[in-house]
Amino acid sequence: MIPVAFDYVRPTSIDEAVAALAAGGEDAKVMAGGQSLMPVLRLRLGAPSLIVDCSRIDEMIGIRDSGDAIVIGSATTHHAVMHDSLVNEYVSLLAKATATVADPQIRHRGTMGGSLAHADPAGDLPAVAAALDATFTIAGPGGRRSVGASDFFVDYFTTAVGDDEVLVNVSFPKRAGWGAHYEKFNRTAQAWAIVGVAATVRMDGGRIAEARIGLTNVAPMPVRARSVEAALAGAADIAAVAAAAESAADGTSPTTDIHADAEYRNHLTRVLTRRAVVKAAGW
Amino acid sequence: MHISVSVDGTLYEADVEPRTLLVHWLREGIGKVGTVVGCDTSNCGACTVLLDGRSVKSCSVLAVQADGSSVTTIQGLSDGNEWHPVQTAFKECHGLQCGYCTPGMVMSTVDLLSENPNPTEAEIREGLEGNLCRCTGYHNIVKSVAYAAELMGGSTK
Ligand SMILES: Cc1cc2nc3c(=O)[nH]c(=O)nc-3n(C[C@H](O)[C@H](O)[C@H](O)COP(=O)(O)OP(=O)(O)OC[C@H]3O[C@@H](n4cnc5c(N)ncnc54)[C@H](O)[C@@H]3O)c2cc1C
Ligand code: FES
Ligand code: FES
Repeated sequence: MIPVAFDYVRPTSIDEAVAALAAGGEDAKVMAGGQSLMPVLRLRLGAPSLIVDCSRIDEMIGIRDSGDAIVIGSATTHHAVMHDSLVNEYVSLLAKATATVADPQIRHRGTMGGSLAHADPAGDLPAVAAALDATFTIAGPGGRRSVGASDFFVDYFTTAVGDDEVLVNVSFPKRAGWGAHYEKFNRTAQAWAIVGVAATVRMDGGRIAEARIGLTNVAPMPVRARSVEAALAGAADIAAVAAAAESAADGTSPTTDIHADAEYRNHLTRVLTRRAVVKAAGW
Repeated sequence: MHISVSVDGTLYEADVEPRTLLVHWLREGIGKVGTVVGCDTSNCGACTVLLDGRSVKSCSVLAVQADGSSVTTIQGLSDGNEWHPVQTAFKECHGLQCGYCTPGMVMSTVDLLSENPNPTEAEIREGLEGNLCRCTGYHNIVKSVAYAAELMGGSTK
């Protein structure tokens, strides 16, 4: 279908974007890659009066090393993220999870920040941002502020980014040498995760010294499996990982839908956590 | 809104409504009817074109977003009467049945081989995961891509 008519602006700076959103009022909508928004517009599930296209704002595109962290402009495409050498060296979990997002065409247009701001419970990147303790920079009429991952994701499809704000960039603390794996369970090509597990581990002398684990699609927001993280410290073999993964579903609140019921999602969470950690550890 | 877009090597200037999808402008604005629409949900990939050299679903890009860019459609692949090797491969290997998905399959293949000239069978299947064939002729499509890689000087592993 053809979307409902809207006005369109393409700012070239963050200030212009924020001013355009303020002028457009509550019916204005940011578009980045459009890969979630375009289907919504075409199906007429949404009808914003103004689209503020943020895909050509230089400050929102690109990847840089800030010393302790890798800072990724929110409008950087999935394709650019997964092939970037800094990301692969210091935030390899993000590269691996991004490679499982959608399909090549969508990864050429869709953006990292768009995925995070969209906050679909089944989206792959929120769990990665949670696991990696990412920090989000948000710009609005009152200036800029920083928000941690635990405060960024507020509810289903809801984040700390207000209607009059834009997500500028996301900063991921460097984790050089950490093993990483994203284990995504889905039934068909190009499909969203029924459950996904993002795991990254620091190895020391053949044992897991530290672990970070984020879970996709087991609650309205991404979940950190902190009890598993604690239990993994010192794990030296697959049996120890399996034992630690037994508590992976604690504190989750999965839904029952046409793809899977809640009990099955709990089972998947435990099994996929074990697999993700074992692969991240290189065992 | 005024846009200027190079399509298949020709520069077009046009005034479009912001809500116009790139695929609709290509088909109805400038007659590039080789690019087709197969769904409303960004799933099928039938509408795939190259935007500044990379495959995109032209139903999921606004025409105004292509302003200043260059687009290659299935109609811009051949060199005069000389087919592109991917087109030749799809013909030789019977990579199509009804042909509806073919323009998108061919454009995705061009993108895939530009990034990976020697794909394995698994890489071919993954690389085309954004394109659905309603006739389910995937087997010959995969063979076509492997043959295209060979014709273009690569070899499949
Ligand atoms: C067929 C299909 C399959 C897919 N499969 C997957 C999958 O397996 N896993 C997955 O994670 N995703 C999947 N996606 C979604 C895809 O990753 C999108 O690219 C992503 O969710 C949104 O990114 P975008 O840049 O396209 O955002 P847009 O569509 O432009 O925007 C999405 C939302 O975020 C807001 N927004 C975007 N950028 C900003 C910003 N900088 N500041 C404030 N708000 C902003 C918009 O207002 C909008 O509400 C799929 C999409 C499709 C069509
Ligand atoms: S028409 Fe189906 S993806 Fe574009
Ligand atoms: S050949 Fe008919 S849809 Fe693919």
